[in-house]
Order: sequence, then structure tokens, then C-alpha cells
Amino acid sequence: MSRIGVFTCHCGENINATVDCAKVAEMCMSVPGVVHSVDYKYMCSDPGQRMIQEAVAEHKLDGVIVAACSPRMHEPTFRRTVAEAGLNPYLCEMANLREHCSWVHEKGQATTQKAADLIRVLVEKVKRNQPLHPIKVPVTKTALVIGGGIAGIQVALDIANGGHKVVLVEKSPSIGGHMSQLSETFPTLDCSQCILTPRMVEAAQHPNITLMTYSEVAKVDGFIGNFTVTVRKKARKLDEKLCTGCGLCIQKCPFKKIPDEFNEGLGTRTAIYVPFPQAVPNKPVIDTLNCTFYKTGKCKVCEKLCPTGAIRFEQEDELVTLDIGAIVLATGFKLMKTDAFPEYGYGKHKDIIDGMQFERLASASGPTAGVMKRPSDGKEPETVVFIACSGSRDRSKGVPYCSKICCMYTAKHAMLYKHKVHHGKAYVFYMDIRAAGKDYDEFVRRAIEEDEVKYIRGRVSRIYEEDGKLIVKGADTLMGGEPVEIKADMVVLATAVQSNDRSEELAQTLHVSYDSYGFFAEAHPKLRPVETNTGGIFLAGACQAPRDIPETVAQASGAAAKVVGLFSQDELTREPIVAVVNRQPAPVFSYCVGCFLCQSACPYQAIEQEQILARNGEVIKTLARINPGLCQGCGTCVATCRTKAIDLQGFSNEQIYAELMTL
Amino acid sequence: MRIGYYPGCSLLGSSREFDESTRAVLTALDVELVEVPDWNCCGASSAHVIDHTLSLALPARIMALAEQAGLTEILAPCAACSNRLLSAQQEIEQHPELKAEIARIIELPYQGTVKIVNILEVLDRVTERIAVKVTKPFAKKVANYYGCLLVRPPRVVNFDRPEDPQSMDQMMKLVGAESIDWPFKTECCGAAFSVTRTDIVAKLSGKLVEGAVKRGAEAIVVACPMCHSNLDLRRPEINEHLQEEYTIPAMFITQVIGLAMGLDPEKLGLQRHMVSVEFPVERNIPAAAGAQA
Amino acid sequence: MSSGTHHATHADTLAGRIEEATGVKLAHCYQCGKCAAGCPVSDQMDLTPCQALRMLQYGFPELDRRVLQSEGIWLCLTCETCSTRCPQEVEIPKVMDFLRSEAVRLDLAHPKSKDILAFHRAFLDSIEHTGRLYEVGLVADYKMRSRHFLKDVMLAPKMYFKGKLGLFPHLIKNRQGMKAIFKRTTGKAT
Repeated sequence: MSRIGVFTCHCGENINATVDCAKVAEMCMSVPGVVHSVDYKYMCSDPGQRMIQEAVAEHKLDGVIVAACSPRMHEPTFRRTVAEAGLNPYLCEMANLREHCSWVHEKGQATTQKAADLIRVLVEKVKRNQPLHPIKVPVTKTALVIGGGIAGIQVALDIANGGHKVVLVEKSPSIGGHMSQLSETFPTLDCSQCILTPRMVEAAQHPNITLMTYSEVAKVDGFIGNFTVTVRKKARKLDEKLCTGCGLCIQKCPFKKIPDEFNEGLGTRTAIYVPFPQAVPNKPVIDTLNCTFYKTGKCKVCEKLCPTGAIRFEQEDELVTLDIGAIVLATGFKLMKTDAFPEYGYGKHKDIIDGMQFERLASASGPTAGVMKRPSDGKEPETVVFIACSGSRDRSKGVPYCSKICCMYTAKHAMLYKHKVHHGKAYVFYMDIRAAGKDYDEFVRRAIEEDEVKYIRGRVSRIYEEDGKLIVKGADTLMGGEPVEIKADMVVLATAVQSNDRSEELAQTLHVSYDSYGFFAEAHPKLRPVETNTGGIFLAGACQAPRDIPETVAQASGAAAKVVGLFSQDELTREPIVAVVNRQPAPVFSYCVGCFLCQSACPYQAIEQEQILARNGEVIKTLARINPGLCQGCGTCVATCRTKAIDLQGFSNEQIYAELMTL
Repeated sequence: MRIGYYPGCSLLGSSREFDESTRAVLTALDVELVEVPDWNCCGASSAHVIDHTLSLALPARIMALAEQAGLTEILAPCAACSNRLLSAQQEIEQHPELKAEIARIIELPYQGTVKIVNILEVLDRVTERIAVKVTKPFAKKVANYYGCLLVRPPRVVNFDRPEDPQSMDQMMKLVGAESIDWPFKTECCGAAFSVTRTDIVAKLSGKLVEGAVKRGAEAIVVACPMCHSNLDLRRPEINEHLQEEYTIPAMFITQVIGLAMGLDPEKLGLQRHMVSVEFPVERNIPAAAGAQA
Repeated sequence: MSSGTHHATHADTLAGRIEEATGVKLAHCYQCGKCAAGCPVSDQMDLTPCQALRMLQYGFPELDRRVLQSEGIWLCLTCETCSTRCPQEVEIPKVMDFLRSEAVRLDLAHPKSKDILAFHRAFLDSIEHTGRLYEVGLVADYKMRSRHFLKDVMLAPKMYFKGKLGLFPHLIKNRQGMKAIFKRTTGKAT
């Protein structure tokens, strides 16, 4: 027979104002199974807790119900109290008389009765409670950072400096990301590569960081603290141990006309190449799609000339398996291209470029060495129109959100242009100016007040070419929507920030949520911005939402802190509210028939297959097995199981049924 | 192939040559046209300005008559007519409560099942037949002028692309013409202001004529009677506005295809144009110096 | 519609009536100006499309009145350039149609709309009686209404000789049906 103690809390006046707590305590004494029932003003206080502990000892209680606030408030509190008194904490439950009763009803007899009923129903559950023990899971103290841009580099450095090992995986041949393509950064106009490359080198040289460039994550198995990650190291076609980065192969490669990705198509590169001179690692890669040898079997100039004989044409991709404890996604973003704009010519006008292309034109290491030359004919543009909000805040283009960084970089672009072409005319068509960061608004004002950039409030309806000029047809809404036509030499579109290519695919590989735009989903938009809903996987940077460099770095450090926090324990403790597949003696073994409907229903990939083997190794039966390390106790499999072979510890079918029948 | 035919009012009168050339060309391509019996005016620009329900009822009557005659498709060569028909059809479909009301007004049952197609869509179905019959390729530089209503609004007409459309350009390539790349393919000609604000038509259509000639076009090809009228009938006003004598002809696409197929120019109604269809086009003859050139 | 709610107030405004009749929510417009930028005749309008919509968003009777009295709404060509490019997918031509009919209904139409209305009414007059447009009749009717007797007078013979001007109207069989349609919609002879 159960010996349950019921402790009804007044919660000051929160509960007592509408529920007659003394009466409730009295009513509970007559519930079968209850041997002790009291009420008190503040159960969570020290005296209140002591009261519970003393009652456990004195009345030899084997179950405790605290009828008070929501378990989300104080379940851990009371479970700790009870554990200290020597009773298994999972034998303590809370009845919510506050959020579920006193806060939603008026004072009266019915409210008091409901409170008593809530407790009475819970008694039926507690009678059937089993003692449970937390699950312990080991932690591999190596982090995986996916993405080698500024976000990934910052995360890697912070975790490495925190004393843990990091593997930094980057899909392009060098780390650095989009920040390495920028010319100068706002609001300081720092040279982007000058502030980035020291970090890149630091990451490459850090003893705790292993760089895997030209690599992609192929598969992720496992769970928090215990991931198994397969990384595909794409074949660079050279022996990295022998290559010194001398660059002779690049100089001598005969095929020089390949459109350059780093320069956003404005320049060319060779078939064996390094994306930019400051690349880390400074080892080239052969573009097999464009290399003459792979297309025709001839050439091999690089192999002949390499002083250390490092070229390996036959090299294959390599699959590397890693044991990882935490993963941080830092895969960045991509920019919408100019061909997405029918009204601006579907990208056919060479002198209508996007923001990143402008960065390359302005950059000292770019295709024009930083001299302002327009792509079509190399002439210096005398009138440049910058169009903000190109594609962003645009329902008709499927991008209703604001891309955040464009107002700032447009002002920056206009200023850079004016600094290089003093007599040039710069116009910015804008809708709003979003310059909310530190020193940001002053930066935009500087463009307008000191650098004479003309800001026009309105969008551009159409751009077409006539007599070598681009006719920009916009409007000024501050002048009533008056049409404004500008004959420009070059137009820079501040195109929308979008999620990177194949981000959906990556999210599915990692089993993290993403939104309809492909940005990865944070666990809570306000309070948990660097975590995902998948345990052990964190987020940093623009892969979550458009953001600028200061915020990216801040978020990266935040994600790193979470990882270091995770790694500060040798073992992870998990709540034992998990599902369990029923086991029976042979020859039944289990009511589970191996249909695995549960496996497809489980949102957390927590269900595995387990084979029951005979002595000779023959498989007798294949059963479902729940991984207690991954199971979140949602109960979906319990509901799905056709033979009722799965049950949830702490919320068994029997318990729930009993509660309902008592109602 | 057999298809319902809705000529519309302008094809009976001021753009008779569009009707003539369409019939001539489609007949030569073995397409049988079945005129919608007792068809009425679709309401064009006027109905929707004056009364919204009227602008739905008039097209609905046409479609109801087609349904009654067992026609599943209607070719409406006039871009304004096809646009009004599609628009009315879509609105009634999206507001089912209108269906009964409209049926009551037009005194005919209305299902909304007839498919409306424009001339380019029909020509696109018989490109192989056209290719075979081209005997005199129309080897000229042409400016393809689509106008507004063939391609806009995209969610109503769902045809080609609203900026820089390509369907006419592809058709012209088929008949040997060289289409110029020009930015005014879909800039409005001035629409229904031909009579009431001829000054606006002169300005807008003038920009088209000037733009086409500047880029070397020898003919402007159109698929809309209103556009044709503004570019052809109103040429004196355009020339007056531009202070230049532009003689570049405006031709219906069916006329160009007809010529390429070797059909008799008179059967294509070329003699009905105000700006005569003659090649080579003499450019910018000053209006005053008549004898010199 | 319950009183004292947000929607009741909105319904009394012109913006509310526009939403009711056309489904267009003016609140979607964020005055980017792309419509005015691409409109072929916006440089001639007293109120550009985005300006007119901005004024209607207030829901103030005096601003509503100014929009209804403007000339701009009559210059609209219904070319659909604005709606095709509008980033918020606001169907401006539908709003323009509604504003025009409201302006006429409330007798606020701009004086310069006279000729344009005269033309459209003459057009509808013609098709009400014959079922198909009778161009000679249209022009004659328009001249009577607008008093522009001499306009395009030289055009008629040119068109006649090119075979483009039918001297007689095309009469459809069911002219009764046409009259009935007009009666049930416009309610009166145009």
C-alpha cells in the first residue's frame, strides 16, 4: 500500500486567494494512498522544504506530491529536497495548482474542488511511480566547426584557447570566407584582409586546431558528446606534405582564362590555383573540371615543373571519420545574383554588379588593383548609382526580410567610390537607413555630409542600356513620388543576403531545423540564439540570419562558450524520462514485432535496431532499441507502437490510464 | 487543328488587316477558325473604367457563348480582348459567389471552362508547319513590340516573361528576321488615349518609334491592334511631336509570317496601313524638303 | 461589424471600401515609389500612385477627397507596369478603377476627366445598342459629348478609303440580351 505525502502550498496569496488550501489539504487526507497531508504558505522556502524532509522520515513516505506552482518552476527544487531526505527524486511530483487552477479561475467552491481533483488524479500516478536514475553519457572533448569564415575561425580559436581540440572544416581551398573578399569594413574602414589574415594564420598554427580545407561534411551520426562525423577530404591533386606553396605551378599553368570565383567572375584564374595570395593553407588545388589534363590527357606542365614533385593527378577523395563531442555550424551566406532581377536586365548588363563584385573592384588585391574601372570597357565610371534593398524586403521576389548589412555597406561603397574618384557622382536609392550599431549612423551621415553622396528615397523601377550608359528610372518619394532618371556608368545592387547553397542539405545531414529561407533555426529566438534544437549542435554567424562582422564575432564567441561549457564535464547527465522497449523472457523476447514505425516517427533519431541472436549467430528477432542518450521523452513512439511494446519511463501508459479513470 | 475564334471589334474595323492576315496565315497552316456565334464586344478599356461588374459580364457572355457552341479554346488575337477575357475568367473563378450572379446578368449558363489563348500561343503550336512553309524569309531587322497586355499582369496572363519577353523574337527568328535587342519591348504605347489624349500617345509611342529606328530596325512588329493603331494611325502626331519624319512601318506579326510564307500581300491587308509597308525604309527625311532626299 | 473595434473605423474610410471591393490592402504599400518610377505617365500626374496610396492610408476624409479629385487617377493607362514590379504585390490598377468609379459616383471627378469619361461612355453607348463597337457611331457620340467637333476629322476619309471604317454598324442578334446586361450593371443608359 502506498504511503504518499501531499504538501499543499499557498504560494503566498497566489494560490490561497482563490483556492482554499487548508480545505484541500483536509480533503486529500481521505484519498486512498495518502497518509500525510498538510498545507503551508511557502513550500519552496527553507522551512517548507525541511517540513517535507521531516515528513518523509517520520511517516516513511514512499511518494511525495507538492501541490503548488508549475513543475517548470520548482520541480528540480523539490526533487533535490526529497533526494536529500533519502527518497528517489523521481518519486516526487508536482500538481500545478497555480497556472492550472488558481490563476485561471475565480474564487469559489468549484475552484477548490478542482484543486483537490488535480491532486487526487496525480496520486494515482505517483502510486505507480518507479524510482529512476539519471542517465550518464560520456563526452568526447573535440569540437567540429563547419565553415572557415570569420565566424568559424573565431569559434575555433575560442574553443582551442579554452583548452580543447577543434577540427575546422571548410569546403573551399582556403579559410577566410566572404570577409577575405571585402576591401574595407564598416564602420572603421579597416582593410578587411589586414584584420582577418592574422586570425587565419593563428587558426592554422594553433596546436589545438586541425584545418581540413577543401573538405565537406558527408555524414553525421550519434548524439551530443558522442558524434561520429564522416568528412570528405576532396582531392587537391597534390601531396600536401611535399608542397611548399612556392606557386611555380600557378605561374606556369597554360590555361589562364577560368572565371574566378574569388573575384566574383570579374577576373580569371588558372586551372591549378590558390583562391587568393593570402590563402591559408597556401597550397594550390587543381580544378579538374577545367584542367586540360583531365579533359584531354595532355599538358601536365605543373607536374613537370614542381620542384618537390608534389602533383598527384591520380589522387582520390578521402573519407575521414572523426569522433566529435560538439558541432558548430558557421557556414555563412551567399548573395543574390544580378540575374534575379528581370527589371534590371536579367544580369545581362556587365556594368550592373552586386555588392561583392564591387568589393572586388575596390579591393587592392582585386582584378583592377583597386582602381575604379567598370567591367564592360574598363573606363572610369563618372556616375555610379547604388541601389539598396535590391531583392530584400520584397515579397514578390520571395525575400520579405531585411538583409541587415546592405544599408551600411552601401554607404561604405559610395564612400569608397568617392574616395577613389573625387569628381565622380554617387547616388544611393534607399527605402530606409538601418544603421543601428555602434558608430553606424554617424558613418552613414559622413557619406552624406562629407563625401557628398546623394541619397534618394525611392526604389528603381527599371534599368536599361542606351548609348553606353545605364538609364536608371527611379522615384523620390520624399518629393511625392516624382520620377527621377539618372544616366549612370555603373550600377551596384545591394542584393539580398540568402542562405548558402545546399544549406538545406547540410541541415538534413545534421538533423537541425531550418526555416523556409534555408537559415538554420535557433532554439529560441530571444534567449537561445546560439543553440539549435538538436543537442550538441550550435550556430554562429550568418548561417542563422543576415548579420555583420561584429555581431558574427560576438555570436561565435557565444557558441564557443557553450561548447566549452559542454566540455567542462566528463559526463553528461540526462533526465531519465525516456522511452523503453519492453523486454520479455525467451522465446517472446519482446512485444515488439520489429515494424520500426517508431523509428520513422521519432523526431530525434533515437531509435536503433537491435538483433537478438541465437547461440550460433543466427538472428532470431530484430527489435527496436531506444538510445537513452538521444531520447527526449516526447512519447511519439509510444503512441505509434501498434503492439504497445514501448512505454515511457515516468509517464507510463498505465499511469496515464489510471489518472484518467480517476477523473 | 480547330479552334474557337474571337476577333473582337477592332479586327472588324480599324485593324481589319490583323483579322485578314490572321485568317490567311492560320488557314494556310491548316488551322480551322470557328467564330464564336453572336459574339459581343469584350468591353475593352471602357467597361472596367466605368463599371466593374459590366467589365466581368461582357467577357463572361463571350465565354458562355463559346461553351454553348462546344468550343474548348478561344483564340483572341487582340491583346486587350485576351487580357480582359483572362482577367474576368480568373476573377470569377477566385470568387465563386460571382458565378451565379454573372450567369443571371448575362442570362446564360457560365462554367468558366474555356481556355483563352493569344495569337503567339497558337502560332507556337504550329512552328514546324511554319518552318516548312517559309519560302521568302523576312530578312529584315525588326523591333518586336509586345506592348503591355500580352505579358502583364503575369499572374493573370501567365505568358512568356513580363520583362524582356522572347516569344515574338523566337517566332521572328523562325521566319528569317533579325530581332534587334531593344529596351522598349513592353513600354506602354499610350493605350486607350488615342482619341482623348493624343498628346500622351504621341509622346509614348514616339519614344518607341525613335528607339526602334535608332537601333537599326526596319519594321516594328506588333501583336495588338491598339498598339498598331497608336504606332500607325497616329504617326503624324508622333512625327509632329518628335519633329522628324519617321517612315518605319508597324506590322502585325501575322503579316510578317504571311509574307515569309509567300502569301499575297493584299490578302494580308498591308495596303491598309497609314504608314506604307515599303522596304528599304528611308530614314529621317526632313518633312520640309519633299523633293530632295 | 461590431462597433468600437478597429475594423469598424477602417471600413468607413475609402481605404476600407477599397479593400472591401477589390481585396487590396493598402497597408501593404510601404511607399517605395517603384510604381511612380516605372509609370509611363507619372511625370504628368498631380498625384503619383504612391502619393495617392499614402494619402488614402491615413483614412482622413480630406485626404480621401483630394485623391478622388485628382487628375492623376484619370491618366492611368492600366498598363499594369506598377503592379508587375510592386515588391509588395499591391494591385494598383484595381485601386485606380475603384477610385475612378467612386469619383464619378460622388461627383468629385477632376474636370480634365470629362473627355476621357465622354469617350468611355460613348464607347459603351455604342456596344449597348449594337453589341459590337460601331466606330463611326463612337466618334460621333464622343464629339457630341466632348464638343471636340474638329478633332480627327481628316482621319475619317483616310480610314474609309483603307477599308477600315465601316459605314454601317455590326448588329448582333441578341441585342436585347446586351441591353439587359447594361441595365443590370450600370443600371442606366450611358
